Amino acid sequence: MFEYAPAPESRAVVDINPSYGLFIDGAFVDPADGASFKTINPASEEVLSEIAEAGPADVDRAVAAARAAYDKVWSRMPGRDRAKYLYRIARIIQERGRELAVLESLDNGKPIRESRDVDIPLVAAHFFYYAGWADKLAHAGFGPAPKPLGVAAQVIPWNFPLLMLAWKIAPALAAGNTVVLKPAETTPLTALLFAEICQQADLPPGVVNIVTGAGETGRALVEHDGVDKIAFTGSTEVGKAIARAVAGSRKKVTLELGGKAANVIFEDAPIDQAVEGIVNGIFFNQGHVCCAGSRLLVQESVYEPVLASLKRRMARLRVGDPLDKNTDIGAINSAAQLERIRALSDIGGEEGAERWSPPCELPDNGFWFAPTIFTGVTQAHRIAREEIFGPVLSVLTFRTPAEAVEKANNTPYGLSAGVWTDKGSRILWMADRLRAGVVWANTFNKFDPSSPFGGYKESGYGREGGRHGLEAYLDV
Amino acid sequence: MSDARVAVRKTYKLFIGGKFPRSESGRSYVAQEANVALASRKDVRDAVVAARAAVKGWSGATAYNRGQILYRVAEMLEGRRDQFIALGLPAAEVDEAIDRWVWYAGWSDKITQVYGGANPVAGPYFNLSSPEPTGVVGLVPPPSFLGLVSVVAPAIVTGNTVVALAAKDAPLAAVTLAEVLATSDLPGGVVNILTGDPAETAPWLAAHMDVNAIDLAGITDPTLAASLEEAAAGNLKRVVRAPLTTPDWSADPGLTRMTAFLETKTVWHPKGI
Repeated sequence: MFEYAPAPESRAVVDINPSYGLFIDGAFVDPADGASFKTINPASEEVLSEIAEAGPADVDRAVAAARAAYDKVWSRMPGRDRAKYLYRIARIIQERGRELAVLESLDNGKPIRESRDVDIPLVAAHFFYYAGWADKLAHAGFGPAPKPLGVAAQVIPWNFPLLMLAWKIAPALAAGNTVVLKPAETTPLTALLFAEICQQADLPPGVVNIVTGAGETGRALVEHDGVDKIAFTGSTEVGKAIARAVAGSRKKVTLELGGKAANVIFEDAPIDQAVEGIVNGIFFNQGHVCCAGSRLLVQESVYEPVLASLKRRMARLRVGDPLDKNTDIGAINSAAQLERIRALSDIGGEEGAERWSPPCELPDNGFWFAPTIFTGVTQAHRIAREEIFGPVLSVLTFRTPAEAVEKANNTPYGLSAGVWTDKGSRILWMADRLRAGVVWANTFNKFDPSSPFGGYKESGYGREGGRHGLEAYLDV
Repeated sequence: MSDARVAVRKTYKLFIGGKFPRSESGRSYVAQEANVALASRKDVRDAVVAARAAVKGWSGATAYNRGQILYRVAEMLEGRRDQFIALGLPAAEVDEAIDRWVWYAGWSDKITQVYGGANPVAGPYFNLSSPEPTGVVGLVPPPSFLGLVSVVAPAIVTGNTVVALAAKDAPLAAVTLAEVLATSDLPGGVVNILTGDPAETAPWLAAHMDVNAIDLAGITDPTLAASLEEAAAGNLKRVVRAPLTTPDWSADPGLTRMTAFLETKTVWHPKGI
């Protein structure tokens, strides 16, 4: 085991205001009733800032601003000019990348290595990609003159705060819509910095509006009569509630929901690479990933060596300070999420699965959970069926490819899946049969703005990314 | 004593799993001067079971094979043209419906290229998106024959299987279509057609947890449409909403009725030596 000296990224690069208002019609404003909540650093429980909580009156105001901007400015602007605003935003994100990465790690708890090397570069790439579509919509395959929808209500989760914002705002604006976006209540800071970036880019007021708050704010937004489109990323439970709430309306809806992905390891897979893929699949971003490979399916013949290698690898994962550049696993995003992970893990033990974590020193303050695997898991166990959304892996075995497919698909979810094998024909055979929107073969957790992402079944509907991602924001 | 021949009258029955059963409830009703089976909740469930059982074979068939079978359906429709006209349908509508069927048949091996493709990701990866059928689709078709064909054909051409609830007052063309399908090499269960009252059966179909999607094309009551959408949210069915105004089924249908029941699957693989 190597010894590492701490290598902390400086937080001097970010300047967090003691409080933030709502971003409506191009300016930061106070909420009508003055309500607010605190956002904390989950690695230390230190309060980072006081955030305005939007009530129904504020949501009204934001939707009205978005409508006015849509009618008077954005829907009339030539695509090439919309494109240039999006390119500006992409460039500012690149220029302020380190600041955004540090702020994301502070507010979310994810390792700086990940916010710096994955999240923020993908955010910039997403705006850059969709900027180019803004003046090419006639060639996107949706007819000669596809129309935008109007005002988009967008509600995003806390696991990839700025990346989910980019997935929502970039295609919406490229297609000619205006937006009201609600970030998650535990991770509002990068969205508010993004609001400043919109000001810096001289984006016309009202095109992007950010309303902070919790579930009630989100509900007021998606149920608002003035919105034409709802884009939601979050739990399947809330996704179903939204689908019910919009019944009978003409609002167009896309939903990116939960997952319980199978990561299937065949006996001919290169074990070391597969183990890296397993670790990346479930421990990336503390397992706060809707497409996490949370069910490991190992072919029986290689179960022992895979498990031994996995445990060896897990013992070398470094859990701790998110701002330390050596950190592999950061803080759990909130006390509530930590509680949920603990509760489901306890149930895993009670239901008879065997729990293992490497020896792991956790900081005293903040929310932490050691990387954990469960062996002896059956398909009936709750830890094999329910999304834990934490660094917890359930290990199951299979004998034949048909059994692997059967078990992999035995879930109401269908967001992603992984396959590890050296045999090309088997990869394609598996890829055909896995009922999931993304199949990673001999890799895992890869994302790209040009690559459509989204689920089958109860993982939701609609795609984000690529040409497909435009469809969600066009009247087609 | 008259020389006139006594006609053989037909009972119009359900079409489930390639067979023509009566309703398990034993109920029937009179529509278009004929006796027609009145489907029940259990008939809906039996039809969904048949549709689910047919998914593997139909979605796994080659696109060429599905196209061939759908074209065969059009040939059989053409042969029975007069039978549809004898039900009182305008000849022009029957012709248009047959042509619409031919149009969709040809999409089986083209939609994948038009709706999917390679993605130029920023890294050494093969990355391909392809449309796949969503599974079992519940259909509430409009009463017109052209409308019926315009919702059934796009759902099945891509590999889905369907349960269709024929319009209450105009079920005969739907059952006649079933008779065409039964003699066209279409595997049993790919299309299941229930006659009766969609206002009674659609709620069960919309709430069924083994149905992946629903098309409300024939629902005209907004309250019923909203309640069906709400029921469909139980397992997040893909929903094509009820139209606000009566659609012009003779217009260019575009791709949306196919793409509404397609899932996009994206496969990644590293490149290397």
